[in-house]
Amino acid sequence: MSAVQEVVTEAPAVEAVPKRAMTLGYGASLIMLALLIAAPLFVKNFIIFQLTMLLIYGLAVLALNILTGGSGQFSLGQSAFYAVGAYTSAILMEHVGMNYALTLPVAGIVCFGFGFLFGQPALRLSGVYLALATFALATAMPQLLKLGYFEHWTGGVQGLVVTKPDAPFGLPMSQDMWLYYFTLAITIAIYIFSVNLLKSRSGRAFMAIRDNEIAASAMGIDVALYKTLAFGVSAGITGVAGGLGAIAVQFVAPDGYTITLAISLFLGMVVGGVGWLPGSIVGSAFIIFVPNIAEGISKGLSGAVFGVLLFLVIFLVPHGARQVAIVAQQLIGKLKRN
Amino acid sequence: MELFTNQILAGIATGAIYACMALAVVMIYQAIDHLNFAQGEMAMFSTFFSWQLMQWGIPYWWAFLITLAFSFVGGVLIERLLFKPLAKAPILTNVAGFIALFAIINSVAGLIWDFTIKQYPTPFGSSPFLGSQLISTHQAGMIGVTVGLLILLYFFFQFTRMGLAMRAAASLPESARLVGINTSWMIALGWGMAAAIGSIAGILIAPVVFLEPNMMGGVLIYGFAAAVLGGLTSPLGAVVGGFLVGIFENLAGTYIPGVGNELKLPIALALIITVLVVKPAGLFGRPIVKRV
Amino acid sequence: MTAMLNVRDLRAYYGQVQALHGLEFGLNEGSMTTLLGANGAGKTTTLRAICNMVRSTGAIEFEGAPLAGRSTENIVRLGIAHVPQGRGTFTTMTVEENLQLGAITRKDKAGVVSDIERMYDHFPVLKARHTQQAGTLSGGEQQMLAVARALMLRPRLMLLDEPSFGLAPLIVRDLFKILGKINREDKVTILVVEQNAQLALELADKAYVIETGRIVMSGSASEIANNEDVRKSYLGY
Repeated sequence: MSAVQEVVTEAPAVEAVPKRAMTLGYGASLIMLALLIAAPLFVKNFIIFQLTMLLIYGLAVLALNILTGGSGQFSLGQSAFYAVGAYTSAILMEHVGMNYALTLPVAGIVCFGFGFLFGQPALRLSGVYLALATFALATAMPQLLKLGYFEHWTGGVQGLVVTKPDAPFGLPMSQDMWLYYFTLAITIAIYIFSVNLLKSRSGRAFMAIRDNEIAASAMGIDVALYKTLAFGVSAGITGVAGGLGAIAVQFVAPDGYTITLAISLFLGMVVGGVGWLPGSIVGSAFIIFVPNIAEGISKGLSGAVFGVLLFLVIFLVPHGARQVAIVAQQLIGKLKRN
Repeated sequence: MELFTNQILAGIATGAIYACMALAVVMIYQAIDHLNFAQGEMAMFSTFFSWQLMQWGIPYWWAFLITLAFSFVGGVLIERLLFKPLAKAPILTNVAGFIALFAIINSVAGLIWDFTIKQYPTPFGSSPFLGSQLISTHQAGMIGVTVGLLILLYFFFQFTRMGLAMRAAASLPESARLVGINTSWMIALGWGMAAAIGSIAGILIAPVVFLEPNMMGGVLIYGFAAAVLGGLTSPLGAVVGGFLVGIFENLAGTYIPGVGNELKLPIALALIITVLVVKPAGLFGRPIVKRV
Repeated sequence: MTAMLNVRDLRAYYGQVQALHGLEFGLNEGSMTTLLGANGAGKTTTLRAICNMVRSTGAIEFEGAPLAGRSTENIVRLGIAHVPQGRGTFTTMTVEENLQLGAITRKDKAGVVSDIERMYDHFPVLKARHTQQAGTLSGGEQQMLAVARALMLRPRLMLLDEPSFGLAPLIVRDLFKILGKINREDKVTILVVEQNAQLALELADKAYVIETGRIVMSGSASEIANNEDVRKSYLGY
């Protein structure tokens, strides 16, 4: 063992995304919004359900973007928060009879607390160590949910069935369509909140911590507070997503929230562009649709096809969808000048 | 008390598996400064390869040697073809690459050899070791091979030119280039060596956990945990860490109420994290001084 | 006489920022040259560009061979040793391992062993500490180690980036004396980048002055030392 310490000037593990580039321009945002509002009017219910899941996973990826892309903390444990949110909603709806819409803020707050608490011991960990810790959390969650101790509430291995809500006020739309617009409204609200959060002082504190924790601390930023805050906010949003997911799928069960979900969300973040909030929906689309495409190409080798497609994406756009957006922006800029 | 000692011994026996895997993990960490999530799958594939050779009639030790060479070359090729292009990409993108590699190898292995469990032979036999009911001759053999590997690696790094060059490239890549070392090839070499060590781990582990494409999942996580616990820069730490993880796992299963097989993994991980919070660089790791 | 190192129209970039704007200079074989300039003038960038450690355009030729497109390690193997800013010592390895690393590309084992002995003659303090971890050495000792490591390559050209940085004046004098000796006896061409203009000008034959990425003055060391602008800006009188 040596007396000499290895001195490391660490480059941030997560590269900085300039603040301006963290969102879409107004034009693109409006087009996106119009598309999202119009979409369900033209498709069948099952597709509407898939679109709803697209938004829900988009929220979960967005939450991870705030945590990793924003504050530089690496998490492979988001599935745990998603599960807690889902079960909170399910239990409140089925055992307490609470209205589905009200369960969501509860799920959010419960998960915020959970995330904030988890952020405490996580303070001393970073990089691979934090990855391992969050991985442990994600692996433990399905097992915890199966524990006989909680079975009366959680339904044990079989889980709980959740009743799907009808459109309110007798509006003439299917359950799926109502749920889609409900989810869309929440997604937009959370998106706007997140964008503002990252632009605010807290957001700048997050990014300072991400880029150089020691320097941030030397500048007077309460690193502990902001790191746990980031965890809390991220967990809270993931919890809301989980709750929405429970309602949309009409079902919660422990094996629906395994480490595979956590890894998928991570991949969604990378494909969308780490730290680029609008990319969350691109990432979500990737993790929902590409596995199906892979299975369509080859049932026996679906995993391999998925891996190959993933490699293709990261070779072509190592920085994710953000890279595509930047290139598009430059092209539009050139066209405008001509 | 006797139960306790027995559990410790049993833990050391199972820990040999994790120790071996942890060596491969540390090897790769030395080369690329992060953990390769696909390493378990690479080890699994190598093990299947050796099994296939034996199915074709090739004797155990020849199959072993051929597999070793195959794994080394495979590791180098994977690095050159798939990860060298990502060298300038962000770390998280590389991690996505590891996950993609995992998916590909697991799927291909499943297709070629299907998911039914297969028996895998051991050259050490499986009778009780020195009459002890807790350690079989195979487990003793595992411990022996792991320790032997550790000694070989120590000699390689401390006393050979190549080992010195690899250490330099891992320690300060820019300075290493300034003495003429091709750091890019050092990384490829690191991958090759890690793959070879991983194949040894797989070949040793398969008789115990049985050969099937998902055999390395849990082992890899424990291997990571062991490497991290031991200090990611120390092969000795990896081996000690492996034994400790085996002991933790056994003790947790025996003494913590309500912990069945499923919760052993998270509990073991939680214990390790606790140690890390106290000693962030791991037990044998060099404390890292971070400069702004 | 064609120069050993020929640099023409060198432009270097850090991302979008251009640090060198068309540098031109040459080093004759056996010469000791110093490149002077203030902080941020581009001195370190010049050395890094020669070794392809920074993105650059232009033509750099070493003994007639163009360096463009070669990797850093290949440029080093041509016989160019670079002692970087901050010394780049392998702090977790012993003094002797550092010296062995300097010679890692050489195939003559016996030659390496005798060269290590020669380094210990040049720098006795290294011999005293040869099994110690390099990180435990003082700043001056680490600088000596860095120079010794560079010499283990048996370079034809040695580039030194601010060797006097953070060192006491007496130690710097010793170091520079040894550099002079190496230049004369071992026939190593040397290019020293320095902020400490006075000592550098005493040591060198030739000098260049660089300001914001351009060479603004060149000449023999004594000419430059006596130049009024240089005296005012860099020598303080």
